[in-house]
Amino acid sequence: MDDLDRRIVNTLQDDFPVCERPFRAAAAALGTTEDELIARVDRLLAEGTLTRFGPLFQIERMGGAFVLAAMQVPEGRFDEVAITVNALPEVAHNYAREHALNMWFVLATETPLGVAAAVRKIEDATGLPVLAFPKEREYFVELRLEAGA
Amino acid sequence: MNDIVASDLVTEIDRAIVRATQAGLPRVTRPYHAIADAVGVAPELVMSRIRVMLGDGRIRRIGAVPNHYALGWRANGMSVWDVLDERVDELGAKVGRLAGVSHCYRRPRRLPQWRYNLLAMVHGRTRAEAEVRIAEIAAILDDAARAHDVLYSTRILKKTGLRLGSA
Repeated sequence: MDDLDRRIVNTLQDDFPVCERPFRAAAAALGTTEDELIARVDRLLAEGTLTRFGPLFQIERMGGAFVLAAMQVPEGRFDEVAITVNALPEVAHNYAREHALNMWFVLATETPLGVAAAVRKIEDATGLPVLAFPKEREYFVELRLEAGA
Repeated sequence: MNDIVASDLVTEIDRAIVRATQAGLPRVTRPYHAIADAVGVAPELVMSRIRVMLGDGRIRRIGAVPNHYALGWRANGMSVWDVLDERVDELGAKVGRLAGVSHCYRRPRRLPQWRYNLLAMVHGRTRAEAEVRIAEIAAILDDAARAHDVLYSTRILKKTGLRLGSA
């Protein structure tokens, strides 16, 4: 990752322009060219430095639901259960965490009822109880991670 | 009646734009034009609907989402706190504004397994760095927090983001 990559990661986390040639506008601000910026964003995605490039949606504002859930998975079954859970399209993220509740995932569904259905599907498929933690209030969300020098 | 039809059409166009961009923005010189082609509407309409969705919060932001680990942010901790109900909103707002806290939410307790009602995600290059963030949160919450824990992620098992069906 060189200096331009770092500046791309740091400055393009929000406010990507909405106009006919947004990469050209963003490239001008970064002191590079449109083609170079497109090629670099492609590469940063391919390498896994970026997981995504585009709009980030708030599914709740579209009538959908986004719910954090956790399970206590016996160590010997962890990988098998992860495969079962990850196979559901409703599972947006899934993380292994250090705790008795060792698998934490986010369910994203088009309707609030979809969450209960997804929870039931996971419980039926794994035989393990799922604890769901719907968001009651969001205080602030601003995920900006700096790529250091 | 016409208003209802028009608003249904707008909803349908917005949903089509979401579906066309949920895997990301096309990396081409005119990405919004590419979306317009996929949706079957004019590029100006795509851009104006995206601006509306940015304005009303359906789109939080447009840009790059970095992989924490790839940027060297290896200590990603979910800090969880058991905060007095009558103070959690006031204190949660302060915790959410701390640099180094990316997400901060109030969520229900699930007794007896889970006594925590405030969740704050912290990030550091090392656990020591994340622990500094956690100490800052502890200082804000002070004696309103009766207990806390930090759950570090050890592996990303899946990260795909939102997927709307084709319905």
